Amino acid sequence: MKQADFVNIVMPFKDKVFRLAKRLLVSREEAEDATQEILLKLWKNNKKIEDYKNVEAFSMTMTKNFCLDRLKSKQAQNLKIVHNNYTDGNTSLQKQVEAKDSVDWVSKIMEDLPEQQKIIVQLRDIEEYDFAEIAKMLDMNETAIRVNLSRARKTIREKLTNTHGYGIK
Amino acid sequence: MAMVLNNIEKLIEKYNNAETTLKEEAQLKAYFLSDDVAPHLEHYKPMFQYFSHSKQERYTKDVPLKTKKTKLYQWISVAAVAVLMLGLIVPKVLGPSEQELRDQEIAMATYEQTMEAFNLISLGLNKGKTQLTNLALVSENIEEGVGQANRLGEFNTITNKILKNK
Repeated sequence: MKQADFVNIVMPFKDKVFRLAKRLLVSREEAEDATQEILLKLWKNNKKIEDYKNVEAFSMTMTKNFCLDRLKSKQAQNLKIVHNNYTDGNTSLQKQVEAKDSVDWVSKIMEDLPEQQKIIVQLRDIEEYDFAEIAKMLDMNETAIRVNLSRARKTIREKLTNTHGYGIK
Repeated sequence: MAMVLNNIEKLIEKYNNAETTLKEEAQLKAYFLSDDVAPHLEHYKPMFQYFSHSKQERYTKDVPLKTKKTKLYQWISVAAVAVLMLGLIVPKVLGPSEQELRDQEIAMATYEQTMEAFNLISLGLNKGKTQLTNLALVSENIEEGVGQANRLGEFNTITNKILKNK
């Protein structure tokens, strides 16, 4: 496979890889680094890619795994210093104050979701994949995906309903 | 309008249970991104705004393959040139100076002298070897001599006995 062919294959979904990476890693720079590394990995495996029918799904799975690994090693590093358990109750309030407007506030709410739910909301509500594709990417069954998605959507709604009363705009 | 609203309310219910299709979700998005959202549903607005806003984000950096590859090739050529230059420069800079040449001559002379000395020694050794064989012969003779001397000793005691008996 030539580089030009590879770039043509990767072009249509490189933004999706980046957005999923950013959903999980939060920081733009880290997401860019991750995207670069994932694209390089794909390029190194380009012989294999020719065998995969759905390169895009394969790449999204790779992105998910790559970012979760990153988070795990980061967490292992931070565990000694930060006691996360204490602040749980206050983070949402603190973040709410930091949020510039209600749209920004949604992104903060998303940060507090469990990783699994973050990924599913990202793939469904933002990237608009159908459930069969998401099931393949995450190696989960569709029912489990719907359960997680429903939980995530309800959490977002509840937090938005609460704050709506306080008039964040 | 009321029909639309009724429909949206049903859809949002389904949406929260993750039972909507992609098509229905597109309808919801369109509704909540429009300007006339019913007040009691307004709190959903930022969520759908955020979703469509998020989808606009782009990966703006280059796909890194090309630059990395050429960089590697550049470095390989730089390395190759460096090796060539080293090959040319090192013998000239670090090659034998006059002092070293003199040293080499001295070393050569010393070597030859030493070899000569060794040759002499080895000649001597060869001589020594023949002498050694002579020595071995001598030692055989000496042993014979010792044997004869023993017999002489015996002869002596015998003569002593004879002398006593006398």
